[in-house]
Amino acid sequence: MSFILLVEQVLNGVQSGVMLFLMAAGLTLIFGVMGLINLAHGSLYMVGAFAAAAVAAATGSFLLALVAALAAAALAGCLIEMTVIRRLYDRDHLDQVLATFAMILIFSEGTRFFFGSFPLFLDIPAALAGPVTLPGGIQYPLYRLVIIGVGLAIAAGLFLLIARTRIGIQIRAGEADREMIAALGVDIAKLYTLIFALGAALAGLAGALVGAIQSVQVGMGEPVLILAFVVIVIGGIGSIKGALIGALLVGLTDTLGSVLLPLFFANFMEASAATSVGSSLASMSIYILMAGVLLFKPTGLFGEA
Amino acid sequence: MHRETILNTFLFLLLPVTALAAFALDEPFIITLATKAAILALAGVGLNIALGLGGLVSFGHAAFFGLGGYAMGILAAHAQSYTPLMESPLLIEGTKSMPVIWLVAIVVSALAALLIGALSLRTSGVYFIMVTLAFGQMLFYFAISWPAYGGEDGLSIYVRNGFPGLNTLDPLTFFCIAFTILALVLLFAGRLARAPFGLALSAARQNAERVESVGLAPFRLRLVAFVISGAVTGLAGALFADLNRFVSPTMFSWQTSGEIMIFVILGGVGRLFGPVAGAALFILLEHVLGGLSEFWHIYLGFLLLMVVLFARGGMIGLIAGREVAHD
Amino acid sequence: MTDMNVQPLLDVRNLNKSFGALKATDDVSITLRPGEIHALIGPNGAGKSTLIKQIAGELRSDSGSVHFAGQDVTPLSTVQRARAGLGRTFQISSLAMEYTVLQNAVLGALGQSGRVMRFFAPVMRQQELRAEAMRALELVGLADHAATRTSDLSHGQRRQLEVAVALTLRPKVFLMDEPMAGLGASGSKEMTGFLDGLRAEAPILLVEHDMDAVFALADRISVLVYGRIIASGTAAEIKADPQVRVAYLGEEDAA
Repeated sequence: MSFILLVEQVLNGVQSGVMLFLMAAGLTLIFGVMGLINLAHGSLYMVGAFAAAAVAAATGSFLLALVAALAAAALAGCLIEMTVIRRLYDRDHLDQVLATFAMILIFSEGTRFFFGSFPLFLDIPAALAGPVTLPGGIQYPLYRLVIIGVGLAIAAGLFLLIARTRIGIQIRAGEADREMIAALGVDIAKLYTLIFALGAALAGLAGALVGAIQSVQVGMGEPVLILAFVVIVIGGIGSIKGALIGALLVGLTDTLGSVLLPLFFANFMEASAATSVGSSLASMSIYILMAGVLLFKPTGLFGEA
Repeated sequence: MHRETILNTFLFLLLPVTALAAFALDEPFIITLATKAAILALAGVGLNIALGLGGLVSFGHAAFFGLGGYAMGILAAHAQSYTPLMESPLLIEGTKSMPVIWLVAIVVSALAALLIGALSLRTSGVYFIMVTLAFGQMLFYFAISWPAYGGEDGLSIYVRNGFPGLNTLDPLTFFCIAFTILALVLLFAGRLARAPFGLALSAARQNAERVESVGLAPFRLRLVAFVISGAVTGLAGALFADLNRFVSPTMFSWQTSGEIMIFVILGGVGRLFGPVAGAALFILLEHVLGGLSEFWHIYLGFLLLMVVLFARGGMIGLIAGREVAHD
Repeated sequence: MTDMNVQPLLDVRNLNKSFGALKATDDVSITLRPGEIHALIGPNGAGKSTLIKQIAGELRSDSGSVHFAGQDVTPLSTVQRARAGLGRTFQISSLAMEYTVLQNAVLGALGQSGRVMRFFAPVMRQQELRAEAMRALELVGLADHAATRTSDLSHGQRRQLEVAVALTLRPKVFLMDEPMAGLGASGSKEMTGFLDGLRAEAPILLVEHDMDAVFALADRISVLVYGRIIASGTAAEIKADPQVRVAYLGEEDAA
């Protein structure tokens, strides 16, 4: 296992982690402040990716595509928040799960209706397409570095938002005591819509950014959604810090596991058996990690008891 | 007589009457649909023990559905290729005998539910939902990446498994087998709800603090419920795989978990015959709406949304009203 | 008059509990003798709920011990303490709201019997459990409402049901957290009369704010302020205690 390969995989893990963070941050905010479990978050990821692909195909501009992704996802978020989601805040978790699951069905089939079942293509913009030489002579795709940069910048931005702004105070207060901030005169309806739209925008952005590396197709959001849930469980619901650390942990475990485990098993098994055992274990590794965390801290690393 | 009892009787007779009518009209496909409804209802009855009675929102019940399916698939695959599963230290051969397969499916699912439950029930609320979902996914990815039993493509079983003395290839016979099992499980589930265990479990759902203060441990009650629930859903999985003569990782998917939940909710969560109503409705929609539009899931989504927002008690709740206190 | 020489049924010794810098329970010792009603009073924030939670097993104390009828229950959980004989009622009625009155009472009897892992026989037809439940309901005066859904009960009736469920446990000790809470004047009078007779079943550690009830019922009163018991004695002694008057009854020091 060469050093170069290792560094590459670590960077891939970080890249996958920061994208997961964008999903998880939205989910954890929405749950932390509104007490709502939102399965439709994966659909918002998908909406962002499709909007980006459509706009990129029409205008050729990746930047416009990203803006479209943010706008479309935020808009979709606002729309469902105002029509459906706000009726769910007072309901129990089962109702929230079912209603947002219903929305997955509607979004997925709706998207399939408009765009068909075949994947769309979103190309990495030419300016970001090449490799970059890192210290040590390692070549790494520039685009992926940009993703890492964007993800970390957003993380920093979120921390600042929560810690330093008035909205941030309202968010923190809302997480602590939902009824109280309403009593204090904060416009709850607007705050909730804003937070939901913010989470949606983050998801849409992640969808667009990742859509350029993988493909843009119906159902692309749900595997990421579930991983984001694992991230929140590990990190602790309501904690942005937990979401970041959890996301990096999951991203690294997933990426490194799928590369390292088969290699590990190749030491005492023949190649094909090693690959199958290794990749099977790798795919389960994240969940084993989650189970491990839960054994010691049932509310996650940074969650409240 | 209570409205719910009348409705339950209707629902109980619905499937056999449909199957017999289809038999008389020589429409074997409809018999198969009724069989599918019975099996999916069984999966829902399993979930309802954990969800309706216990209040445990398990979004990973497909884990047990899939385990039951693969129990059948693995045993039958080895039987049809005449190779044993294992030679040492213990000789385990495949089998195509339904009773044996059902037993294995039940035991495997129950053990998995014990393990998953013991871990998941340490959490509560949203964590529990996400954790059960995650465990289902874990098995899904495992099934995809384990090449020995078809991986992503799944596993085909050429001939339906056998039941001593019966011709299981005959659609009506297989329907009778599936429906008999459903009926027996419904009987068991009904008794369970009225038994001391059921009273305590449902009380724990309503108010765990109260249950503790009378000296009963909610964790233990919930774990037992989860195990029973998993076992029943696993049995349904084995039957489902037998119906289709095909097993694939899709049986483990979160979409399958969601669908099983839909049967329960559409019919009425916590109602004994809820899953029967829900599964029947689902099959009806799948074939009527599905015949009209390949995007019928949108309508399913809207229906589910409407039920959740406005008709929380499901079909049975709408027709029979508030649940009657068991005497 | 209670027998001073008999071993206390509830013996709380030197409980301490801190939350960070806040000392919520400061070396608290309380006993409960057979046949007595021992009231625990104190201003808001004194730490009464924290103390109750430690006695019930919901909260682990930092140090100290709790004994029921000579048995050290300190390491036991809430569930285990309930089985050991602790009958608890909650400040906010904690009942299974979908169930009927009878079902809630049967639940209590079921818990007491310990035979919950039974899966086939209908529980509401088990004569032993029904009889136990009806006895409790008759004692509190809810027997006529056995078939009423708990959510349809009035607030006062729910408080009565709380007590009935505790009764089905045949407890050695009652731990009652503000049973008068939310009851009007006549409801409180009824409850007071009822609790007076209840001490024959088992002694009661009563947390209450309703001073009329406290002075009418209590054989002994302990006053909790800032986590410490500042006074303990008969109603007359407490009324006369200057520290209590200052700290709790709000009177200024007699000049």
